[in-house]
Amino acid sequence: MNIVVCLKQVPDLQQIRIKDRKPLVEGAPLIFGDMDKSALEEAVRIKEKTEGTKVIALAMGGAKLKDGIKEALAIGADEAVLLIDPAFEGSDTMGTARALAKAIQRIGEYDLILCGEGSTDNYSGQVGPRLAEILDLPQITYVRELEVGDGKLRAVRNMEESFEVVEAELPAVVAVADEINQPRLASLRDILRAARKPVQEWTAADLGLSEEEVGAKGAAMEIVSNLAPEQERKQIIFEGDLDEVTQNLVNALTKEGVLGR
Amino acid sequence: MAEILVFSEKDDLAFELVSKGKEFSAALNMGLAAAVLGEGASARTDEYFAYGADRVYVSEHPALAEFHAETFAEALYQIAQQNDAQVLLLASTKRGKELAPRVAQKLGAGCVTDATAVEVQDGNLLISRYALGGNTVASELIKTPHKVISVMPKTFELGAKEARQGEVVNVDLDLRDPRTRIVERQEKVGEAVNLEEAEVLVCVGRGLEKKEDLVIIEELAKALGAEIGCTKSLCTDYQWLSEDRLVGLSGKKTSPRLVISIGISGQIQYTVGIRGARIAVAINKDSNAPIFALSDYGIVGDLYEVVPKLVEALQ
Repeated sequence: MNIVVCLKQVPDLQQIRIKDRKPLVEGAPLIFGDMDKSALEEAVRIKEKTEGTKVIALAMGGAKLKDGIKEALAIGADEAVLLIDPAFEGSDTMGTARALAKAIQRIGEYDLILCGEGSTDNYSGQVGPRLAEILDLPQITYVRELEVGDGKLRAVRNMEESFEVVEAELPAVVAVADEINQPRLASLRDILRAARKPVQEWTAADLGLSEEEVGAKGAAMEIVSNLAPEQERKQIIFEGDLDEVTQNLVNALTKEGVLGR
Repeated sequence: MAEILVFSEKDDLAFELVSKGKEFSAALNMGLAAAVLGEGASARTDEYFAYGADRVYVSEHPALAEFHAETFAEALYQIAQQNDAQVLLLASTKRGKELAPRVAQKLGAGCVTDATAVEVQDGNLLISRYALGGNTVASELIKTPHKVISVMPKTFELGAKEARQGEVVNVDLDLRDPRTRIVERQEKVGEAVNLEEAEVLVCVGRGLEKKEDLVIIEELAKALGAEIGCTKSLCTDYQWLSEDRLVGLSGKKTSPRLVISIGISGQIQYTVGIRGARIAVAINKDSNAPIFALSDYGIVGDLYEVVPKLVEALQ
């Protein structure tokens, strides 16, 4: 069985600074999102239970991906396919899904495509369903438990009012929620071993995609602005004796007129 | 005439979209239609007209008996193609959110999910949503002829119902059986709690050590007449509280007059949910916790000591 795990590098959100309402993303290191890591972990767990399973990590991004992908290989992916090409820059979800789908078709044999239910940066949740549509596969989203075997899958989905248990034949696209597992950390030995695993780099041309189909040129979206909302808080900290500070807080809240029913 | 097509598997959310859709329909010079799908659909059309839809497309096709994104996307695609629907407005429930990109892909359309605002600008729709994990709000335009937008529930106000009629169109859809099967549904133990309407909110995070300790939070909530909210780990990972109480990017966006965040460090995924609060208070033992910069008042201290004292001071 071949499992393709789609991964996206995102800026570490804890390290984004806001200046004059503008996000300073450049300084933040790139990491794989939590749900992407859960997708990878789930693939590796399936591999450990199912003999003859191969896990292929698939990611689109910039040159930093070459280094970043080592983490995925160390955690247990057997090989990686990286889509690196200036033509991909500025891709929106439609272009991304188009490129990933072409790559998956080029990989050829796939039984399960795993991704996170959303990226941690934009959490738009679009790439999984778009991929499923392009590849004409069923989509199973918000998955918190997954069993795979005998060409079938059984998944528990976390919906608003219920946990929904669904079954489908493979191949299928499965988007996981981060509660599905606790991703492992790679050991130093794994990281060293990962250096020997095969990594392929494909360009837009390798995938038969023109510049109009991906990247900024192929984007369906135009971002007009992207700013932090204006927010000013008083930031008054009460310090000292506990009786005093709690009383000070109650007094302040009374003055604000926010106490009382 | 080109149309705006509204759909949600939840009628009350579809009515919010229809209510606002009237404005878009006038500004963009498009008709306003809705799709009502699945078993019993034909009996549910009246209110759609009352809220302002001109036409309602109805299908009780057996493949639509249960919600499968793949099948519903195909149904909406066929309806959109048959009737020149160019703008699809869906409610961003979990189902709506997985449906939107799938139908968008069929239409070759750009799509925005979890929209928090939509307004008409120069004959196009300017759509806002949170980006960069909630650090920013992105305003976006969709450049493709077809546009698919899934809008967060309660973004638009429900309009007034009017006594009016419209055209019911029974659509003929060519659908295959869904390739996913629902074999079991385990109902969640829901709570009748509506954090979006709470006036006072006490939110608790990982600073709380065990479920039993929730009692001290409950005491404070009682003293304040507050509802209790929580961060993601408390309801999703530990399941100490129901998901109805989740505040933040993946939960409720609240606007109380007072929110007290207790044992919450202040990661953006949470703080997005309290941006609307008039006064924000934080109690945390780490004086460097980012939550203090996002608060009007703060107490640095152990919640196990501060909260009971605060309850005392309130009495």
